[in-house]
Amino acid sequence: MHQWDFSPVFSNLDFLLLGLYHTFLVTALALSFGIPIGLALALCRLSRFRLVSGVATFIIEFFRTTPPLVQLFWFFFALPILIDVRMTPFVASVATFSIQSSAFFAEIFRGGINSIERGQWEAAKAIGMSYRQSLRRIILPQAVKRMIPAFLERSIELLKTTTLISTVSYADLMFQANELAQKTFRPLEVYTVVALMYFFLIFGFSYASIHVERFLAKSGESTMR
Amino acid sequence: MSAEAVVEVRGLVKRFGDLEVLKGIDLKVREGETVVLLGVSGSGKSTLLRCINFMETPTEGRVFESGKLVGTEKNGRMVYRERELCALRTRIGMVFQHFNLFPHMTALQNVMEGQTTVLRESREAAEKNAIEQLRRVGLEDKAFEYPARLSGGQKQRVAIARALSMNPRVMLFDEVTSALDPELVGEVLKAIRQLADEGMTMIIVTHELGFAYHVADRVLFLDGGEIIEQGPPAEILVKPETRRAKEFLEGHSLFKLPD
Ligand SMILES: Nc1ncnc2c1ncn2[C@@H]1O[C@H](COP(=O)(O)OP(=O)(O)OP(=O)(O)O)[C@@H](O)[C@H]1O
Ligand SMILES: [Mg+2]
Repeated sequence: MHQWDFSPVFSNLDFLLLGLYHTFLVTALALSFGIPIGLALALCRLSRFRLVSGVATFIIEFFRTTPPLVQLFWFFFALPILIDVRMTPFVASVATFSIQSSAFFAEIFRGGINSIERGQWEAAKAIGMSYRQSLRRIILPQAVKRMIPAFLERSIELLKTTTLISTVSYADLMFQANELAQKTFRPLEVYTVVALMYFFLIFGFSYASIHVERFLAKSGESTMR
Repeated sequence: MSAEAVVEVRGLVKRFGDLEVLKGIDLKVREGETVVLLGVSGSGKSTLLRCINFMETPTEGRVFESGKLVGTEKNGRMVYRERELCALRTRIGMVFQHFNLFPHMTALQNVMEGQTTVLRESREAAEKNAIEQLRRVGLEDKAFEYPARLSGGQKQRVAIARALSMNPRVMLFDEVTSALDPELVGEVLKAIRQLADEGMTMIIVTHELGFAYHVADRVLFLDGGEIIEQGPPAEILVKPETRRAKEFLEGHSLFKLPD
């Protein structure tokens, strides 16, 4: 029978919390790059110009279908062979997950934009709005509201996928957990605590998001007609 | 009445692929004139309206607005720049069958939007004008309601106010009462009629023949992408010459001429 002993974990809690901070940091940065890039990719994919939409479609589908671990290794181990930049694990991680998540966000944006009735574009156009004005003032505000649940789900998925960055020795929560487990010979306790940390982080996040959604649903007579 | 054509169309042809929807339309709409377009479904009424404000690009022909050619001619072909078309659309108001109000904005914001975003007017000026336009269609007390809380007739009147807020030279109405419950049709027609009385230049597609009879200065009968008959409503609606127009009017058995 295993003798549970959490004291080595708790005495090294700051070590794990640093990992948690790093996990959070990479996720936040990946989101803040991934969302605007995703919007740009979505707009390119929706473009009337075949070449533009073709290239965007390829990028999106490529990053959606290749495993994130392969992408990460490619950025970290392979890219430096091609071009003369040595990426730190941190930069490689942020770059990989920004691009990878942007592909998914692009599809969420595209779905949201496509879900807006054509009449909205027409009404905007009829009062003299340009494509950009229509998008910014009329289409996106409505589309984004409809996209929020998918956005949150994708962000949570991203947070979970960042555990992969431990494989390029970036000190995220998973990496710190591995280190600590080896050092203390207490993998059961360490991974239990780490699982709970992820659980509370993500659960807290989705719990908050439910409230955000409720709030938006209330404030917006607006979402649906 | 001034003789200047607010809108003029010459030799307008519109094709969608192989389908020729408009087959060379010539039309001049004078300042203050109300023109009603009639025709069976698929005859090209909407397409004609949409070519006038360039929601659709004409395949051939010329469109003039207040005497000025829209677009530029290059090597015998018309080239249209998006900027020019956007500016043109601010001078040509359009109201749709399905209202298309912006659901995330109140009635007031709907009517302010074009003024602030497109015409770059100050919020104060835009709001003042928006309230004025809502009053014009009898809805100033609904200014702070979202579209979801308005009836169909109210929505359509807000849409009219939204178009009017740009201070257009001509208004295009495309079957604006077709999606309404019968009891709501009257309030919208009343608003349009009031515009006619104020001297607004208008091109109206409608199936409300009684309304057409009263409001139109001229009725055009469109069939298969051609204008086959036109004239004052008392002639076209009472004793049409072409067989197609007769059939169309007989199809509208509800149409009774008022005495
Ligand atoms: N974007 C488009 N692409 C292809 N065909 C089109 C398009 N828009 C209209 N058409 C076709 O052009 C023809 C005329 O359409 P239009 O909408 O102008 O008719 P309408 O007179 O307004 O009819 P309705 O009374 O039903 O509104 C129809 O056969 C229609 O199918
Ligand atoms: Mg039509």
